[in-house]
Amino acid sequence: MATETLSGLDALELASRQHDRSRAARVWASAWPKLVALALAIGIWQVLVMAHVRPEYALPAPLTVGHELWERAQHHELWDGIALTLRRAFVGYAAAVAVGLLLGLAVARIRVLRAALGSMITALQTMPSIAWFPLAILLFQLSEKAIFFVVVLGAAPSIANGVLSGVDYVPPLLLRAGRNLGARGLSLYRFVIAPAALPAIVAGLKQGWAFAWRSLMAGELLVTALGHTALGAQLMYARELLDAPWLLATMIVILILGIVVDAVFGAADRAIRTRWGVADTTNA
Amino acid sequence: MTTTAMVEPSVTARAAVALNGVTKVHGRGSAAVLALDGLTMDVAPGEFVCLVGASGCGKSTLLSLVAGLDQPTSGQIEVIGDRPPALMFQEPALFPWSTVAGNVGLPLRLRGIPRAERRTRVAELLAAVHLEEFAKRRPHELSGGMRQRVALARTLGLESPVLLMDEPFGALDAMTRDLLHDELERLCQRRDLTVLFVTHNVREAARLGDRIVLLSSRPGRVIYETTVDIPRPRRIDSPQVAKIAADVTDRLRAEVGRHGH
Repeated sequence: MATETLSGLDALELASRQHDRSRAARVWASAWPKLVALALAIGIWQVLVMAHVRPEYALPAPLTVGHELWERAQHHELWDGIALTLRRAFVGYAAAVAVGLLLGLAVARIRVLRAALGSMITALQTMPSIAWFPLAILLFQLSEKAIFFVVVLGAAPSIANGVLSGVDYVPPLLLRAGRNLGARGLSLYRFVIAPAALPAIVAGLKQGWAFAWRSLMAGELLVTALGHTALGAQLMYARELLDAPWLLATMIVILILGIVVDAVFGAADRAIRTRWGVADTTNA
Repeated sequence: MTTTAMVEPSVTARAAVALNGVTKVHGRGSAAVLALDGLTMDVAPGEFVCLVGASGCGKSTLLSLVAGLDQPTSGQIEVIGDRPPALMFQEPALFPWSTVAGNVGLPLRLRGIPRAERRTRVAELLAAVHLEEFAKRRPHELSGGMRQRVALARTLGLESPVLLMDEPFGALDAMTRDLLHDELERLCQRRDLTVLFVTHNVREAARLGDRIVLLSSRPGRVIYETTVDIPRPRRIDSPQVAKIAADVTDRLRAEVGRHGH
């Protein structure tokens, strides 16, 4: 009897929560504003070119750049550059993730470390990564190590901060519930604190990636002697050779890579939100 | 500090929860607040005791102390069984990242019960609260009443003989609460649970309790006690429940009035 009444009442409450939209409709809804924005940007670019605000050798037309990009995609030089830059990015980022997670966890757990390093981590975050380069070059000369050093320093504080705020903002009620259910020490971290902090950690990882990517670009612009094909180095060569189509084509490649990685983080973030039931269902 | 010698051994042996001169001070120095002042009371095995009091009477503090989540400033607390008491809150406090089955299975997992056995035990626990079909759902997909049921199943999974409830149905609508009262009554009888149930709803206390204990506010002390001799199953709208509720409400009013709130 109880079951029937409940399914009746609860069914009423649950019925309104079923949002069913087809996959194609959702993809289209999120894609069309982006496509319109892209078309608009290219349109403005074309108008500026036609108005001759800058000479053609400095600001080529979108079609010229598109053609250049297509040509370069046929050659291994571009792909070598992408491979080299991404390898540097991932190696540096992976090290930053390891350092950031450990540092964040240590500072969150150990009171003395928090007093000593808590505000320092935030201060490090505000330091523009390019400001590290002179020191990096003194320490490691114009080498891969210098780039690696700056990428790690750029990204690790954001990641540590994400861990720190994630651990700090675990709802106390969930901690109490977890402790009452028998979670202590390590198991409390594993079953309550870590999953509760996950959204903030992912946000930190995402921000860390943005800093790593920027630091890397700054590094490649400065340390061009190493790896001539690196995307940052290609930008510098294109400028030196006054090859604007090459320069803009490379910038577009850098932009696309950034967008793709950002989309991966966005997907992870959405997956967590959906699981937690905090996803905004009105906007795809 | 009180010593064991001061407690009559026979009393301690019989009680499921024994509180003796429990005092709790929050904070230090000039900011110190006396939350509980020498609280002494026993709960017999299988007894359902409702704690009623105005806000600020230290009811929630008391449950935290009995659950072992906090330590009393002085006095002693004894609880039977080799497991700490299970605690339920006004909020379901479910883990949003986990499914219903994952939530209910966590106390079993923390005790190291193997996966296969865990699965059958979780199914049994969910069946006890009539939610067996919802094992794979996530908390946010359930209604408020269902979530609180999942929380109940999860605390039952601790298999503690003592259940502490901190206004567990306070945030629910009257209809859902009524149904959950029936379920809780049935579960307590079937599992022979000892319950310490905090509420500010006097009718709820008369509906559920074998005994109602009224606490004063700031500091919390026992000021009135009454046994509820109404045969079970009870109804919250029965005249007998209403009569006891009216009696307790009068005492509560006098207490609140004394403080000039």
